[in-house]
Parts: sequence; structure tokens; C-alpha cells
Amino acid sequence: MDVECILAIIIISYLRRILKKHAYDARVDKLLIAGMAISIALLVVSAALPRAKTLFRWLTHAFMLVLVYYSLTIPVFRAAKSLLYAILPLVLVTLIEDIVKIISLSFYNEWNNYFQAAQLFAFIWMFAMWFITKRQRTALEMERLKALEKEKEYTITASLKAALEVQVAERTVALTRQKDELEQTITELKSTQAQLVQSEKMASLGELTAGIAHEIQNPLNFVNNFSEVNTELIAEMKEALGKGDIEEAKIIAEDISANEQKINHHGKRADAIVKGMLQHSRSSGGQKEPTDINALADEYLRLAYHGLRAKDKSFNATMKTDFDETIGKINVIPQDMGRVILNLITNAFYVVAEKKKPLTPEGKLNPFFKDYVPTVTVGTKKAGNKILITVRDNGSGIPPQVLDKIFQPFFTTKPTGQGTGLGLSMSYDIVTKSHGGELKVATKENEGTVFTIQLPLQP
Amino acid sequence: MKILVVDDEKDIQTLFEQRFRKEIRSGEIMFAFAFSGEDALAYLDGHAHEAVLILSDINMPGMSGLELLDQIKHKYLKPPPVVMMITAYGDAENFNMARQLGADDFLTKPVDFNLLKEKLKLIH
Repeated sequence: MDVECILAIIIISYLRRILKKHAYDARVDKLLIAGMAISIALLVVSAALPRAKTLFRWLTHAFMLVLVYYSLTIPVFRAAKSLLYAILPLVLVTLIEDIVKIISLSFYNEWNNYFQAAQLFAFIWMFAMWFITKRQRTALEMERLKALEKEKEYTITASLKAALEVQVAERTVALTRQKDELEQTITELKSTQAQLVQSEKMASLGELTAGIAHEIQNPLNFVNNFSEVNTELIAEMKEALGKGDIEEAKIIAEDISANEQKINHHGKRADAIVKGMLQHSRSSGGQKEPTDINALADEYLRLAYHGLRAKDKSFNATMKTDFDETIGKINVIPQDMGRVILNLITNAFYVVAEKKKPLTPEGKLNPFFKDYVPTVTVGTKKAGNKILITVRDNGSGIPPQVLDKIFQPFFTTKPTGQGTGLGLSMSYDIVTKSHGGELKVATKENEGTVFTIQLPLQP
Repeated sequence: MKILVVDDEKDIQTLFEQRFRKEIRSGEIMFAFAFSGEDALAYLDGHAHEAVLILSDINMPGMSGLELLDQIKHKYLKPPPVVMMITAYGDAENFNMARQLGADDFLTKPVDFNLLKEKLKLIH
């Protein structure tokens, strides 16, 4: 039958396409080519020989059945299943029709309409199946494309990821190197800072040296002279005793005793100055001990004053003390607290000296020059459970834009080479960290500045 | 002879009184003490021409010995008294400055009282 042959040709070519696309198999392909040749031969021969039509009909039926069966059994052609099911009713209907024709032609003629209808339905079935399959295939194709797209995206993402990994690795190496360099720099900075702290100590020691020289001369003057006086007095006392003047000898003995006390006092004073100097240069790590803050502050006030005086002969200032004698001894690290007090006092002297200069730093006439009396006052006070140590100057005050920077390391308003910028930051650390206290500042422009050290009484 | 001693160290009074006890007792020398440059000028205001000799420390808080010397020699008293400067340093700078300002003599700390007594004899 012509229709069946054409269907066979369509199916075989479709199967070959599937075969080529999915899993090419030369043996199966050969069979398919043979099938194609057979179906073309059947078509041509049945058209050329109308008398042998019946024979060819049966050959075609057999061929179709073999083809459909064969196709359904091979796993590669699973994709063609729907097509095969689409044509199967048509194949079966024509086969049954022909069988019925052979068995009883009259029955066939009687039921001819029904056979016609069955054939029609088989055709409709075939087209419907074909149509549905095509739609399904289109949908599947879309899905496949989408999947492909996704895969492409995935590939791109993967390559991007790989590139990123490389970048991250490069950056990590760069960062590690930078980190190492920074660590190196920090180590260097730390040692530089330690050196600076030491040189700050040495610088303030230098400021003290001249003061110490002066301060040590005064007690030595008394020690030497009072002891010489006593030698004279002892001679006079012997003389009086020789004369038998007991009263005179007693009076002289009183004087000797009083002088002896003075010698002792000034000897201790010289001793304290030398000790203070040694303590000042000693590295920190000292222990807290009960300390007479008033004596400490007084000593450093004098040392700082004479130190500055020795460097700058024109320097002059009034020193005032306002000590609360009831504060008793306070538990502090003497050399550290001494350093803080010295630092505040040195700063105070510096600012009052600046204000006393005839010209301002800008080269203008200083309006304060004439009537200004540079004054630095050091005081102590008991306030509740706290001890306040104040260093007050009547200098120019600290400008507001500078005020919050003064405790920062390396901040200085002094000309280059004159200040390390570490004095106040070290002082701040000593007061807050080592002593649990506070270092506060109050300032008023053109009127002066007060630094207050607050120390807890019972640490 | 009246001597004004100017020094910020209070014990200087006891020391002079002890070292010159014989001279004070015999009335040969009289001492007055001032503990700052300002004190000294105030004293001189009240006792003009009384002090023959002024012994002054150079290093004093407030008005320095050099300023005091300047005031005494150029602004205050005519004729000015003898002024002897005492310094802890004896350095050239202070020495020259004091000499320019008209200081008559110098002593260094620690004060050599025997030397001082010799010098006083010459002035006398």
C-alpha cells in the first residue's frame, strides 16, 4: 500500500536522524538503509505491477509490522516511541481490513462504513499524536536550550570563580607581604619610641643639671660654713670653760647644737637632690612608696626654675607654692610622679617666659610685655578621697584648636628641636595608667592654664 | 658699718649672725636681711643711706640679683652703696654682666667668710 510505504520511508529517515544524533551504530544504520531500500522498492514495484497488488499489500503489512516491532525493541529509538504509537493504529486497521476481506468479502462490504470510519480515526489519531509530540518536542527543545544556557552560565561562573581564586591568592600574597612590612615598621617604631622616651628623660635631666648645680651649692654653703662656725664655737666654749664661765659655755653649746641641726638638714637636702636626679634618670618600673608630694613638688619647682635660669639668663618668673600640709604621704612611684610634676612645671615656665618676650612669635610687639609678671604656682589640696596637685601659670593659655591634641604623643607647639612632644603624653600615661588618677587641664586664653593631677587617696 | 644681706635662703641669716657674732657683739658691724630683691628695695626705701654694703645672691626667684644691682646702682640711691655679688656659678657671663651693671666685688658660693672679712676690712 502506498500510504504505508511512504510512512515507512518517513519513519526510517526519522529513525536515522535519531541514530545520528544520539548513538551512532553502523550495524543499525545499515539495517535502516536496507529498510529504506525495501520500502522504496515496494512503492515503485506495487505501482509498476498492479496485478501483483495483493501480494505486495501483504509484503508491505509484514514489513511494517517488522519495522514497528524492531523499532520498539531497540533502546536507542525510545525517542521515536510516540511516532510509532501514532502510526500503529493505522497499520493495524489496514491489516485487519485486509484480513477481513480475505475471510469474508460480503462481511467486509456490509461493514464497509465502519472500516472506513476506523481508518479515518486511525488517521486522526496519527495526526493528533504527531501534533502533540511535536509540541512536546518543542517544549523539550526549549528546556534543553535552557539547560544549555544554564550550563554555559555555570561554565562562565566557574571560570570567573577560578579567576577570582587566582586574584585572591595574589592579593593574599600582597597583603601578607604588606603585613610583614608593617610589622617590621611597627617593631622599628617601637624601638624608636623607646629611644625617644629615653631621650626625653635625658633632655629633662639636661634641663635639671644646671638647676641641680645651683641647688647643691646652697646646702653645701651652709654645711661648710656652719661646720666652720662650730669649730670656732667649740674653741670659744673651751676658752669659756677654762675661765670657769659655765653660763657662757652653755649658751655656746646651744648654738653649736642648733648649727649641727642646720648642717644635718642641708646635708640631707643635698642628698635628696642627688637622689632625685638619679631617680629621674633611672628607667621606670619603680615601686609605689609613701611620698611627701609637697617636698617632691617643691624640689622640682626649684630645680626647674634654676635649670631654665641657667640656660636663659634673662628668664625670670615668680614661683609660688600653695601646699596643703595635711595631705600626708601619698603612695606614688616617686621618680615617675616627679617626672610628671617637673614636666608640668617646665611647661608652665616655658609659656610664661614666652609671654614675657618683647616680641610675639609673629614679630609684633607683645602687648603684655610691660606690666606682665610671669608667675607659676604649684599647689596641693585634699578634696574628699582625692589629692589634687595643681600647676598653674598665667601665660597665654592653650588655643581651643590645640587643646584636645596636647596629650597626644609627639604633639608639640615648641619649635623643632626644642620639644620631643612626649612630655604630656608620658605624664598622662603615668598619672592614669600607673596611678589610677586623672590629668586634667583648664585654660583661658591670655589668662593662663591650670593642670590638675588627681590621685586617689587609697589606691 | 651696716650691711644688707640679700638671699632667698632664710638660713643665711643664722649663718651670718654666727660667723660675725664677735663683730655684731662689739657693734662693729650691723646686719639687715632681705629674702628677695623686692624685699631689699623695700628695705632701702625705708632706710636710705643706712646700708654701706649690700651682699646679694644673683640667683633668686622673682627679681634677680642682677636686676636689684641695676636698680640700686642706676635708679635708686645717690651715691650708691658698695654692692658685692654672690653667685653659685662664678661664671663669666654673670660676672661680666654684674661688672657692667656696676658691681664692686664678687664672692662665690660656698662663701669663704675669712675672705669676706678681709674684703670688709679694706672697705672699712
